[in-house]
Amino acid sequence: MSDPIIKVEDVWFQYSPEVVALKDINLEINTGEILALIGQNGGGKTTLAKHFNGLLKPTKGRVLAAGMDTKETPTHMIVSKVGYVFQNPAHQIFMSTVYEEVAYGPRNLELSEEEVDKRVKEALRVVGLEGTEEMHPYDLDYGKRKLLTVASILSMDPEVFVLDEPTTGQDHVGRRVLSDLCIKLNKEGKTVVVITHDMRFVARTVKRVVLMADGRILKDGSVEDVLYDYETLRKAFIRPPQVVELNLRLGRFPERFLTVNEAAEVIRNVLKPR
Amino acid sequence: MEEYPVIVEDVTYSYPTKENVLKHISFKVKRGEVLGIIGPNGAGKTTLCLSLNGIVPQFFGGRMSGRVIVAGMDTLEHTIAELSTKVGIVFQDPLDQLSGVATTLEEEVAFGLAMLGFPKEEIDKRVKKAIETVGLKGLEGRSPYELSGGQQQRLAIATVLAVKPEILVLDEPTAQLDPIGKFEVFETIKELAAGGQTIIVAEHEIEELATFADEIIALYDGEMVLKGQGKRVLSSVEKLKEIGVDPPSVTELTYVLRNELKISQQEEYPITLDEAVKLYGEVFK
Repeated sequence: MSDPIIKVEDVWFQYSPEVVALKDINLEINTGEILALIGQNGGGKTTLAKHFNGLLKPTKGRVLAAGMDTKETPTHMIVSKVGYVFQNPAHQIFMSTVYEEVAYGPRNLELSEEEVDKRVKEALRVVGLEGTEEMHPYDLDYGKRKLLTVASILSMDPEVFVLDEPTTGQDHVGRRVLSDLCIKLNKEGKTVVVITHDMRFVARTVKRVVLMADGRILKDGSVEDVLYDYETLRKAFIRPPQVVELNLRLGRFPERFLTVNEAAEVIRNVLKPR
Repeated sequence: MEEYPVIVEDVTYSYPTKENVLKHISFKVKRGEVLGIIGPNGAGKTTLCLSLNGIVPQFFGGRMSGRVIVAGMDTLEHTIAELSTKVGIVFQDPLDQLSGVATTLEEEVAFGLAMLGFPKEEIDKRVKKAIETVGLKGLEGRSPYELSGGQQQRLAIATVLAVKPEILVLDEPTAQLDPIGKFEVFETIKELAAGGQTIIVAEHEIEELATFADEIIALYDGEMVLKGQGKRVLSSVEKLKEIGVDPPSVTELTYVLRNELKISQQEEYPITLDEAVKLYGEVFK
């Protein structure tokens, strides 16, 4: 078994002497995992995620990203391994065409124009934005602009993707597109970490869930373990997906289904005429 | 007072830069009822909300046909200022709503009233009431910028409520909030609804909306594709899926299992968790 791609060791982080945002965090993420960071705002999710690529450095403790100590390694070396997609596309987009926006990262890696071109095309293909190369990023609708920010990270070919609240402000189709994209990136071998408040999205997208509250990890486990731990979720004021709540209220099925389709299959089997 | 404080009659609207954002929209809202507006982004939800106090078309320009009558006033014949005393709008991002000049919650809620020229005693009374209603009592002296997202959004609702609008319009009020914030804002809306406030709310959180909306309309590409009682509209699973809206999970689940459960397609499905627990509880008795 290889070393974890992200290793967080006894990490504390303080924004100021009064504000302790992370309290003794230990976390290992292995290559190829797909996981969600959940919890209320102010619980420490984004603060922790920004430690994964050195955007923030621990006050105490150590973070290893792809084997590099984030305190000792220049951030530009880490960000080519660990890409961070910001919540608000406006905080990330700054070039005047889609092509230039996606080309910016790989150009900074000093790749040949030929390689840059290849990467831009591939990244736009993966997110489904082929054909928009010459458009201004702000002529794309909000959902597509979000996909553009993913493409501009993808073109740097990082090993890890951190997506900070990609579902906020998205409609149902937008959420599904982003869920599919996360799954696709993961299938292509990327490690994917998603910060989100949307439990239906979590249920359909990830395999592991880390629940944070008040700067600590409250629970870390499989998506079933966490979404079926009603008591712990309640402490963090989070409601599980509706079908999970239905299952818990009925107390009838041993299967821990998470989505409408999974629930339908379980119930259909029980209803089948014998 | 009118039985229907909101009457929208065959409204078609184009922005100066975008054609037919609303196409032949007609509906009425009964006094004291809650109307939910659902639909994907870009369907016209925000434009429809803005048409209810005259901002569309008076501020944005463009072309509008048809009529919008709120609290008995035609929005084309009254100023936005007049309409705003009858129709209060709460936006998606609470920061768009706050004045930016008030240093405390109290001042923030008083700001709009002072602009409207209310006497001091009346302002004090209304500020107190509005802050209480949204559950922010005890935080009167706090800066609006030292609040959580859910608190800021409730403050935005309080600033609107203080004017005592006949109609409260909320445009995706929980879109930017975390689960606690969403919970707080939904609780506030439910309390207002129970208190008889006429409410129009655009939302993507359909499972929540299902628990308190009397009527729902679904917009798609500027057209009203569904309209009716909440349960009726949310049970139209195929149509909702077609326009990219996920019905409540329990509704979709029951639709998927309708044959096995022997529910005919004309029937309505459970739209809330409680209704689903009841139905499946009986099936598996």
